Amino acid sequence: MENNFVKITVTDRLGKEHNLDAPTDMNMNLMELCKSYELPVEGTCGGMAMCASCQVYIESNHVSLKRSEDEQAMLDEAWNVQDNSRLGCQIKLTPQINGLKVKLAPEIAADEDW
Amino acid sequence: MIKTDIIIIGAGPVGLFTVFEAGLLKLRCHLIDSLPIPGGQCAEIYPKKPIYDIPGYPSILAGDLVDNLMTQIKPFKPSFTLGETATHIERNDEGKFIVTTKQGTKHEAPVVAIAGGLGVFIPRKPPIFNIKEFENKGVAYIVKDPEIYRNKNIVISGGGDSALDWALFFANNFSKKVTLIHRSQSFRAHLDSVQQAMNMAEKGKINLILDAEVIGLDGNNKLEKITVKNKSQEEIAIDSDYWLPLFGLTPKLGPIANWGLEIEKNAIVVNNATDYSTNIDGVYAIGDVNTYPGKLKLILCGFHEATIMVQAAFKKIHPNKNNVLKYTTVSGVNGFD
Repeated sequence: MENNFVKITVTDRLGKEHNLDAPTDMNMNLMELCKSYELPVEGTCGGMAMCASCQVYIESNHVSLKRSEDEQAMLDEAWNVQDNSRLGCQIKLTPQINGLKVKLAPEIAADEDW
Repeated sequence: MIKTDIIIIGAGPVGLFTVFEAGLLKLRCHLIDSLPIPGGQCAEIYPKKPIYDIPGYPSILAGDLVDNLMTQIKPFKPSFTLGETATHIERNDEGKFIVTTKQGTKHEAPVVAIAGGLGVFIPRKPPIFNIKEFENKGVAYIVKDPEIYRNKNIVISGGGDSALDWALFFANNFSKKVTLIHRSQSFRAHLDSVQQAMNMAEKGKINLILDAEVIGLDGNNKLEKITVKNKSQEEIAIDSDYWLPLFGLTPKLGPIANWGLEIEKNAIVVNNATDYSTNIDGVYAIGDVNTYPGKLKLILCGFHEATIMVQAAFKKIHPNKNNVLKYTTVSGVNGFD
């Protein structure tokens, strides 16, 4: 049972660190993990790399910074993008990412003039 | 004043299917949506993506699901107020609800069903510190009236369909100069439009600036100049009457958050044990916009919620009529004349 979990640290937008137990046998991604812990990640598009509301900064070397084509295209239209930006929805929870540290990117601003 | 039996706020899949279930009970519906087309997220975010959990469809494209729903509800002649956000709700002397949009369109009905999904889709806003100063003074997040851009210098940012389509439109039609700025070399937009834009750039009809982004805005009471930074960190100033940052839309719960409904985690609390009623008698919430213990944000769950909800709406609208569940296989679908 325990073997199917890895540890992931997520720093929220207020700078608070959250140590999460991430199941590796549930076909989940980092965006879904954050939502399951009720962290403020929207995941508007549900994980299709189409909204960038789950952008994170990778702060440890557990995850490749190589982005898929769709992910890159989405980040090309997002803001606050850094070299270590990835979309949480494109990071699968696997045993290899045990110890991963990420930080949530700022929320997407919108024109709230209804 | 538009009068109907049920005002449905949100024309996504769940709002659309509500028309069908209401129609079977001879209730008429009018839908209001802030987007200019029906379909909600399915139309706006992922029309070309497959959905695999619609019962009976091993796979269906989101856009096709919307088209099918539009065909399915056609007999019940729904009417629409599209491209307008419902901003206010009040009750009149007869106890009916009046729902008003930002543009002032008024709708009256005894029952309101909120099928608002994730909320109102509103433009994403680039994080430039003084952008607000230039809103409606040169900066616009959507193209409302293309005519105002005639013979002007316009700059468009973005790499999706909206940015490309408008750049092509203005370059082909009547703008003095069109500059398209994108942060990368590749575009998310349709290949066709990308190719066209490249061709027009070669002919000098579009000033294409790639691997760059707008970082500053300047002007005296209206936009006059934008600053663009490219990959080698050089900053270039471009004279510009208008800047259209077209970076897509993002949903926010919006005005319904201020309607006195009980809200929890950005969703409307409903009674799932009975009929998805809210704390306001006569107002229901169905689909992704509601929450209750065990809630799943799935289209198929929204369809179920809509079906249960219209039964309650019927009793509210016709308190003295008894209703019995009918099967479409037996009774068929008898639309409105």
